[in-house]
Parts: sequence; structure tokens; C-alpha cells
Amino acid sequence: MQRRVRVLVAKLGLDAHDRGAKVVARAYRDAGFEVIYTGLYQRPEQVAAAAIQEDVDVVAISSLAGAHLTLIPELTRLLKEQGADDMLVLAGGVIPQEDVPALKEAGVAAVFGPGSDLDEIIRFTRENVQRT
Amino acid sequence: MITKRCQELDVTTLLERFKAGDRRALARAITWVENGAPEAGELLRATFPDTGKAHVIGITGPPGAGKSTLVDKLAVHLRQRGKSVAIVAVDPSSPFSGGAILGDRIRMQRSVGDQGIFMRSLASRGHLGGLSVATADVVGLLDAFGFDTIIVETVGAGQSEVEIMELAHTTCVVMIPGMGDDIQAIKAGILEIGDVFAINKADREGADRAVSEIEAMLDLGHMGAPGINRWDENPTASADALKRLDRTGHHSPEETAGVQAQFSAAVQNVAERHGLPLPGHVTWRPPVVKTIAKDDQGVDSLVDWILQHLAFLQETGRWERMLERNAANKLRELVGMKAARRVLDQAAASGLLEQLTASVINRQTDPYTAAEKILSQVCCHGSN
Repeated sequence: MQRRVRVLVAKLGLDAHDRGAKVVARAYRDAGFEVIYTGLYQRPEQVAAAAIQEDVDVVAISSLAGAHLTLIPELTRLLKEQGADDMLVLAGGVIPQEDVPALKEAGVAAVFGPGSDLDEIIRFTRENVQRT
Repeated sequence: MITKRCQELDVTTLLERFKAGDRRALARAITWVENGAPEAGELLRATFPDTGKAHVIGITGPPGAGKSTLVDKLAVHLRQRGKSVAIVAVDPSSPFSGGAILGDRIRMQRSVGDQGIFMRSLASRGHLGGLSVATADVVGLLDAFGFDTIIVETVGAGQSEVEIMELAHTTCVVMIPGMGDDIQAIKAGILEIGDVFAINKADREGADRAVSEIEAMLDLGHMGAPGINRWDENPTASADALKRLDRTGHHSPEETAGVQAQFSAAVQNVAERHGLPLPGHVTWRPPVVKTIAKDDQGVDSLVDWILQHLAFLQETGRWERMLERNAANKLRELVGMKAARRVLDQAAASGLLEQLTASVINRQTDPYTAAEKILSQVCCHGSN
């Protein structure tokens, strides 16, 4: 049996900065993960549909435009509604410390701010994806 | 929490949900099949009776030709014509880490928002040939789920990734202007497998030239106008075409007719494959269509040709022959795979494999003799 962890790297809303998303996608690739990148300007509905169709283990949202408190909880709500709340949801990018509790409340497992160590992101992902 | 949920999802429940049209169940079924999970066999057995209905369209061509963008627009057009559509897109896995970046969704922004379309990205996982090992089984699941049309996009192909032609009923080869001269066009390989050709990015310089080079390549092997040619309906055209086939001009019409009468069954087969105009034949001459996928230009015409090719397959009995061929191939492939695994497992269990490997390493035995020894001791006396 050939098992590969699948990660959806997604950009939500009117956020055009995806260098970070690409760096993280590349790091996942080099760590042996299969990464599906959505591209820019996604609605939460599109990301939820992609996550389900691709049957990913992890949804990693990169946010640099400040709409994280609106868009990420909407995404986690949609995932839950569609029975996909077993996916590990991660957030990264420019997210102030004071917003982290609200995101965790919404079901985000971890938030990786600017300067995060790629190895740490990979390690956290590996340890928290338990799907058999 | 994750582990718990997956234990809940046993194969019986999954199949129930799959048959009720639950997309999450379909997505999970694909994962199991792709991973070769223990449940995969039962899933494939249970869904097999519902397969064999969908029209499978293969999209292949070099990297950057615009395959994904074209697939996006094709899916939208097929939806407008009332078809439900599934897309399977294969991208390469890293030969170093085994990881992959599957980027086909980025180009499929119009179609992936549509609930009538299901899109799945697959990594090639080390398989060469343009697809992944599991792609055919994944297509089978989508077929059983009830999609009318399944579009399979290969990895960016070079010259010899021709596996798609075995899987697809209609293969569309996507080229772009400036890929080489007419010798490139007559080389063996990927250009032989197109049922429909798209010259994408046709707003670029050299598009007309690319079209005429592909047309010229096709005319070396096919007679007739692009699309369906019914040679029995017009005996004069059929005879004219045969005369044109005789490029030496040294034969009288009677001689040509005599040669034709002597065609053996084998020659007829070859003639049919290459679309030669034998009386009574319905042949297909691949059309060449200019497209600009990003602006949705030429795509409607491409869809027309693809659907016409489907009509051609159904009308001429080729559809049934493809099903027969696929069934035979699949059976051979499975027996081959399983037999090899069983023989190796048994040889390993008895220690024979290890013992013979050691003697091959020492150059005491050659690998050919060793292989025969394993086969004769484990299972297959007297075979070659």
C-alpha cells in the first residue's frame, strides 16, 4: 500500500500574495507530500469543494491580506457542514497573535506566522495527521 | 479524532454512500484505490458492474501547451450540452522525495466551481507513460458513479507518453505553434494517437503553419475529409481516393481493383486503422482545430468534433470492440501482476529467492536460469 499525505494549499479572497504559499507548497513536496495548490482568489465554497474532491488530509490556508477572521472560519464551517471536519486545518501568513484564539476556536489546529520554520510546519503536519 | 472517523468508514458504508451519490464517498474511494488500500479490491469488485458507460476523453500534449486551461473550457462546454463531467488530471511526482505539486486546479477556475463537475488531481507516483498506475481504476470509479463524460489529462507529454490511448475512447492531442518542422510531425509516438488535434495558443505566430504540418502528416495516412467518411455511400469517391492512393500512376484502374480484391483480412485491418477508403468502410480522419483556450475560442468546435468521434465509435462498433479489448487487457494485466506477486512471495518464503539471488551475485548462476528455477519450483512446471 502506497500512502501519501495530501495537502491542499489554498489562498482565500482578494489576497494576491502567494510567494509564501508557494514556498510552503515546495517544502511539503520536498518532504514527500502531495500538494494540490488552488491558485489565487478562492471563495471558501471552492476551497471546501476542492478539499473534499481531492480527499486531502490537510488544508493549509495562506493569508496575507487581513481577511482571515472572516474567510477561515467560514471555510471550517463549510468543511464541518459537509462532514469533512476530520481534515487538519492550518493557517499561515500575516496573522496577528491576538487573532489566533479565534481561529483555533474555529477549528484551526495551528497558526504559523512570519518567520516560521518550514521544518516545524512539516513536523507539526506529520505528527497531527493520523489518518490510517 | 481523525483515526476514529476513518475506522467508522468501513467499506460497506462507503459503498452505500457511493451508490447514493455522495461525493465525499467517491473521493475517499479514489484515495483507497490510489493507495492500493486493503479495501480497494472490494470497492472495485462492487463498482465494476456499473462501469463501461462513460465517454472517456484523453487530453495529452507537451507541458505548457494549455491542456489544463483547455480541459477547464471543455468541461464547461460539455456541461452546457447537458453532460455531467468528471476530470482526472495527472501531474508528475518528484523522483527524489516522492512528493508532488498538483497544479491543474489553478487553471480550472471556471469548471471547479460547478457542482456538476468533479475534479481530482493524481500524482504519477513514479509511473512513466503519462498516467499513474491507478488512473484506469479511478476512471472506473467515476464511470460507476455515473458521470457521462470523464476527461483525463495526462502529465505534460514528450514524444512517447501514449498510454492514454488505451484508456480514452477519444484522444485529443494538444499542440502549440512553433514546436518543430514537418519531420517532427511525422515521427512515431504521440502524434499517431490523436483522434482530434488542437493547435492551442493559436493567436501566436506560426499557428497556420502548425495546422498545415499536422494536416499534411495526417494526409500521409488517411483519405477523406476531417471527421466521418462513409466510403460505401459514394462509390465514385471511394474509387477516386484509391486511385490517388496509387501514387506511382503505373497501375490501370483494373489493376488497382485487382490489388484491392487481393487484400487479405490483415491488410484490411491495417487499412481500416489508417482510415484508407475501402468500399463499405466508415473511416475517421482526425480533424485539426485551432483553439485559444484562455479566451474560450475554438473550444465549441473542438467539442463538436469530440462528440462526432464518439458517434463514429458507436456507429461503427468500435465502442464495443474497445470494451472487449479493455476487458481482455485488464484480465491479462491482473493475472500477470498477481501471478508475479504470488510466485515472488512463495519463493521468498521458502528461501529460494534469497539463495538464488546470492548465486546470481556470485556469478554462479545467471539470472535467466535462476528465474526459470523459481518458476518451475514454485508453480509453473513446463511453461516457457
